Parts: sequence; structure tokens; C-alpha cells
Amino acid sequence: MIPFDFEYYRPESLTEAVQTYETLISQSKTVLYYSGGTEFLTFSRVNQLYADAIIDLKGIPECNVLELQEDQLVIGSAVSLNNITESNLYPLLGQTVKKIADHTSRNKISIGGNLHSRLIYREAVLPLLVADATVKLTGNDGETVHPLKDLFNQELKINPGQFIVQINISKDYTTLPFVSLKKTKISKVGYPVVSIAALVKERQIRAALSGVCPYPFRSSEIESVLNNSSLTKEEKIEKAGTLLPSPIIEDIQASRDYREFVFKNTLLETLEALEAAQA
Amino acid sequence: MISNGTSKTVVKLHVNGETRDVMIRSADTLLETLREQLGLTGAKRACQNGDCGACTVLVNGEPMHACLSLSIETVNQPIMTIEGLRNSSIQQEFVDKWAIQCGYCTPGFILNCHALANKRPDADDETIEEWMQSNLCRCTGYQEIKEAVKSVLQNHKNDSAS
Repeated sequence: MIPFDFEYYRPESLTEAVQTYETLISQSKTVLYYSGGTEFLTFSRVNQLYADAIIDLKGIPECNVLELQEDQLVIGSAVSLNNITESNLYPLLGQTVKKIADHTSRNKISIGGNLHSRLIYREAVLPLLVADATVKLTGNDGETVHPLKDLFNQELKINPGQFIVQINISKDYTTLPFVSLKKTKISKVGYPVVSIAALVKERQIRAALSGVCPYPFRSSEIESVLNNSSLTKEEKIEKAGTLLPSPIIEDIQASRDYREFVFKNTLLETLEALEAAQA
Repeated sequence: MISNGTSKTVVKLHVNGETRDVMIRSADTLLETLREQLGLTGAKRACQNGDCGACTVLVNGEPMHACLSLSIETVNQPIMTIEGLRNSSIQQEFVDKWAIQCGYCTPGFILNCHALANKRPDADDETIEEWMQSNLCRCTGYQEIKEAVKSVLQNHKNDSAS
């Protein structure tokens, strides 16, 4: 049982959502945007999250778009992870989000929610970072479009009152050779010890990782090493291990040493899979 | 715009083909409403964290964890609980294949399997396993459950071919 009461609003337009937010904030209420809501429910049940009001974005048509529009793939923030996988419009994204939680949960978890997750993994961001995705936000300053990499630094950083309307990906990225790997402690459903999404564009590897450091990241330094043809695979992997943006995490999923071992093996598997995909 | 304040409100839920009035808080989960207001106790309370699948119901034909849905979210959407599933082939196969032991997880499994058979009649082993990973059983093995699902899918194929 959620141990506090809150108001629920389900607007039918972007304007209505923003106006509702502004009205509630002017009443000094704590307001959260809500989409899949799985984290809101699990965290609020144990008093780790609180809101006086939630604004459910699932009723807004723009947040439910999932289609190719000319040369862009457009994904609404309220689209469920399973719908993204089943559409197969961007296979790297579909395969990566297919490894988040379990199938039934993925009917509820939205891509916008995963990008905003309070957990450190946020694996849906990986294929978006390597594809130079852009994000359309709305708020009381109107709609704005930003490169995702400008908003995502360890976590999604947007202004209070703003929310993601849509994610745009150039169609060119959706057909490139790719690999998506996730290594867990034991079962197939679980948090990652290491998760990687990588693709090859113009013979250059782009890779983003989750589970290794306390946040997901794409590193130009690591990509530079992976694309250095003067190095052997083993040398690339050793060098990449020295270029991580933070120390490797140690938690109940894996010790630091084991995680480093899995990271290196996963990187090797990734390089070999990308070679095969290009052959 | 659908909205609901902090006090209890009467809303209509469409459950098992009937429209039912329920008095809910915005904070009530679908699991709480089904069990405590409608007496539909087939959806089981277990982890309440979306991990075990014991509370699985169908919303718009899709399996959902009732513990991870607010009741207010499901207004205007068809909900099916195990009480609304009668004489289905998957129920018979669970009996025939001995895919039941204590029975606590069984309603969730059956509804998930029922949705799989409807939505993915051509499901391969990998797809079956992917869907079934949403439900945990702590006393029987999973093999009998997989056999029950496969049998339903095969029967559908045979019926379609004949």
C-alpha cells in the first residue's frame, strides 16, 4: 500500500500537462510526471518517493508516437519498451530494452521512464547515445529540441517542469551493424554486471556502457582506442579498461575485480561480434 | 482530462466483461482494488514489487503486474482476472500436464500464458521463455508449465491446419 495520498491527473495534450503542472506548483505541491509508473509505485510504497500530485503523460498523443517520419524515427516518451522491441524500427534499441526487467513489466515501463530512472542503469539510453539521438522537451518555456548527449551527463538533467515528449533518431542509424550484450549475475532477468550497446558507422565503432561505472556513459576516449587499427584486440581492451570515466563499481551484483573481468570479456565479445556483423 | 483528488472517489472499472463501481484513492493499486473491493482474489499479493508475477492480470489483453498499476490508470480499459477466464485451453493443459502444485502462482502463470497464446500463436521456445520469466514458481518445476504452453500453441496450429 502506498502510504500517502496524491492527486492524479491525466491530461490529453501537452499544453494541458504543462498548465496542470504550473497550477499545482503554484499551490506549493510536489508534482511528478508519470508514465509507466513502475518506479514511482515501487519506491513510493516503501516511502522513498513522495508526490502530492502526479501527471500521467500516457493520454497525450505526441507521447505515444512510434513511427518513421521521413528520415527520422520518432519515439514518444510514453511508448512501452515492449512496443519498441516489437516494432523492430531500431533493432539495437529493441534488443537492448528487451533485456530490461521482465516481459510483463516491459508492457508498463516506458522509454521516458527508463531514461529518468532513479536506478543507476538506465540502459535505454545506450543505443540513443551511440545514435546521436535528439530529444524534444516541453515545459512552460515551450518546446525545445536538444542533442541527448547535452542533456544526459550520468543522468538526465532537465529543468523542473519539463518533460520528454519525443526522442528522434536519424533513420540512417537504424540499419547499421550492431551488438547488444548484457551480463547479469545469475538469471536472465536482473541488473547488469555489464551492459553494452555498440554499432559501426562509417567503419568506426561507437559504444555505450552501463553497469560498469555508477552511471551509463559513452566515452570518446574509449571509442578512439577501439578504433585504433594499430592495436590488437587485447591491447584495445586493456587500454579501454584504463579509460573508464569512474572507478568500477562493487556491489551485490559483482565485486570490482569480477566486474572488470566481465567488462573485458564483454568488450572482446563485442569486437568479435561487430567484426562478424560487418563481414 | 481524467483526474482524481486525494479523497476516495467512485470510478467504474471494466472487469471480466462487467462494469463495476469501486471507491478508490488515487494511490490504490489495481491489485488492492481487485482483491479488497471486488473480492477478486485470484490476483495474488506477493512481492508487490513487480518481481514475481503472482498478481498478473490482463489489461487490454496484455499481461500486467496489478501491483504496478494504479487503479485509476485502468479506468476505461478492459481488465481480465483469472475469475473471468473460463474453460480455456490453457487451464485444461495446466491440469493435464500437472503444471500446478500449491497453486499460488498459477493464476498469474495462466493469464500470462493465455495472453501469449492469443498474441503470439507462433511463439518459439525463446519467446515462451522470455514471457514466462515474468512469473516465479517456488514449488513445481517450470518444465511442466512450458509443456502446457507448447501444447496449447501446437493445438492451435493443428486446429488452424485442419
